[in-house]
Amino acid sequence: MEATMNLKDKDFVPFKEEQPNSSRVVVYYDPKSNGTGKRPARKEKVKVEKLAFYYGTKQALQNINLDIIANEVTALIGPSGCGKTTYLRIINRMNDLIPGSRIEGKVLIDGEDIYGPEVDVVELRRRVGLVFQQPNPFPKSIYENVAYGPRIHGIRKKSLLDEIVEESLKQAALWDEVKDRFKDSALSLSGGQQQRLCIARVLAVRPEILLMDEPTSALDPVATQRIEDLIRTLASNYTIIIVTHNMQQAARISDTTAFFLLGEMVEQGKTSQIFTRPRDRRTEEYITGRFG
Amino acid sequence: MNIKENSIKMIFLASGLLSIFILLGIFYLLFSNSFPALRDVGIKSFFSRGYWNPTAYSVPQYSILNIIKGTFMVGTGSLLFAVPLGVACAAYLAEVASPREREIFKPIIEILAGIPSVVLGFFGLVVVAPLLSSVFGLPNGINALNGSILVGIMALPTVVSLAEDAVSAVPQEYRHASLALGATRWQTLKNVTIPAAFSGVLAASLLGMGRAIGETMTVLMVTGNALAAPSSFMDSVRTLSANIAIEMGEVPMGSLHFHSLFVVGLVLFIITFIINLLADIIFDRYRKGVSM
Ligand SMILES: Nc1ncnc2c1ncn2[C@@H]1O[C@H](COP(=O)(O)OP(=O)(O)O)[C@@H](O)[C@H]1O
Ligand SMILES: [Mg+2]
Repeated sequence: MEATMNLKDKDFVPFKEEQPNSSRVVVYYDPKSNGTGKRPARKEKVKVEKLAFYYGTKQALQNINLDIIANEVTALIGPSGCGKTTYLRIINRMNDLIPGSRIEGKVLIDGEDIYGPEVDVVELRRRVGLVFQQPNPFPKSIYENVAYGPRIHGIRKKSLLDEIVEESLKQAALWDEVKDRFKDSALSLSGGQQQRLCIARVLAVRPEILLMDEPTSALDPVATQRIEDLIRTLASNYTIIIVTHNMQQAARISDTTAFFLLGEMVEQGKTSQIFTRPRDRRTEEYITGRFG
Repeated sequence: MNIKENSIKMIFLASGLLSIFILLGIFYLLFSNSFPALRDVGIKSFFSRGYWNPTAYSVPQYSILNIIKGTFMVGTGSLLFAVPLGVACAAYLAEVASPREREIFKPIIEILAGIPSVVLGFFGLVVVAPLLSSVFGLPNGINALNGSILVGIMALPTVVSLAEDAVSAVPQEYRHASLALGATRWQTLKNVTIPAAFSGVLAASLLGMGRAIGETMTVLMVTGNALAAPSSFMDSVRTLSANIAIEMGEVPMGSLHFHSLFVVGLVLFIITFIINLLADIIFDRYRKGVSM
């Protein structure tokens, strides 16, 4: 399949090729192992140092030091308004769009400061995909939704686009449901299908990191289950950060969990540890449901 | 309270009924005054090959085909001019301009709507005509193209303001989804925002044209009003409204010629009615999000 890909298509990395870290051994996730020792050496994909963020004069994050390990699922939990979405959108610089916002500290991806002067924000956003809380497919056909990203990144060849669309939809576990109705409007899909379509749309630009902001909060339990399975499968190829309101969900799907409170990162650790032996009293109070 | 509410309801109902009544009244007036001509000349004569020449000494002719053609040339020509420009203006106002720039630009565009059509006609004669004649090497620039440009200018405020509404109404999520995939602002505007606003923009353009197609004074001054069949935009044309305006002052009341002019008015009325209806249908579908 790689052979047919036209590598001259500008700026585009087909993901079977240079997918970072894809050479490492992929261990299928066993929830009972809790990540102990089964994975190869852990390596930071994202490093965040002394991060602070302001919306105008309102400080939304302070002194965040939170590293994200490559090819893991990191869950961000915490009561609403504590800054989880803000943190997430810092990593692909979507917060740049908010007038008057300001950032302090360092955010490094693969050792490179993404807020540095010569960073190409457009390329950064291709590398760091974002799945929104509400499914937000474009009012276009299913095919066009997935092909959108590759197209804007310069891929014109129909056969290559077809391939990318098919592969992305398969990865997002949506292929079987839509393969006969590519031309239908994306808005004709159910909510859960729309969210998987949005995931496929992001995968189609071959990101390295996937940010997901409460991706199942608008979905029913069956659709949620499918997305959770999908996230586990994707973890072998991508670094995933997921914000979730649902602590069971964090426990089910994540390797690492970070607990946010009032703009601070209170505690980060292996998911099993956070949910069984939290170090901080506030974390314990939150996960046992005493507030939030 | 109840009485007050009911009476308000009645007032609205009454004004709604009144406008329908006026519309029907105008239609009746046009039709009843057209009737003698339709009866004595025959509908067919108005729409068969030939010329408009009701005052011919030997055999009067009543064909309005050339005039309809001229009207449509000026109408569509104006759209070709006003739509790209109007959409560009609207996109600029809605997406790019700072609030300050918007404050300056919007009133300027609205002033365009307030320019008396005679004044615009002068502009066409003194500025556009010499320009066209020197650019295209014509003896004069009094032709369909000149009319199209001026009618386009007249339609512009309608197109801009309605198209801006349509562009602004595109949900923010679509833009964010596109930007998060690594699209530039320009790509987002071109591939997501404007297509999503497309039917709104189309309806806006039709309304602009519907308004402009009945425009008399300007067109009369700059199109040359020839009765021959136009073969290109460089030819002089006569439009339906101009035809009425030119001849109505000199025709004996109650003559066959007089009633024939009402037929011309009736045709114009029906054309604008259909265009407005079309615009309305498109707007409606657009609001319900059926299209695309
Ligand atoms: N665009 C914005 N402008 C101003 N304040 C904002 C904006 N977005 C979020 N905030 C504020 O920043 C804080 C953190 O918000 P957010 O990151 O959305 O929290 P979470 O995702 O954990 O619910 C909240 O107090 C919120 O009100
Ligand atoms: Mg949030």
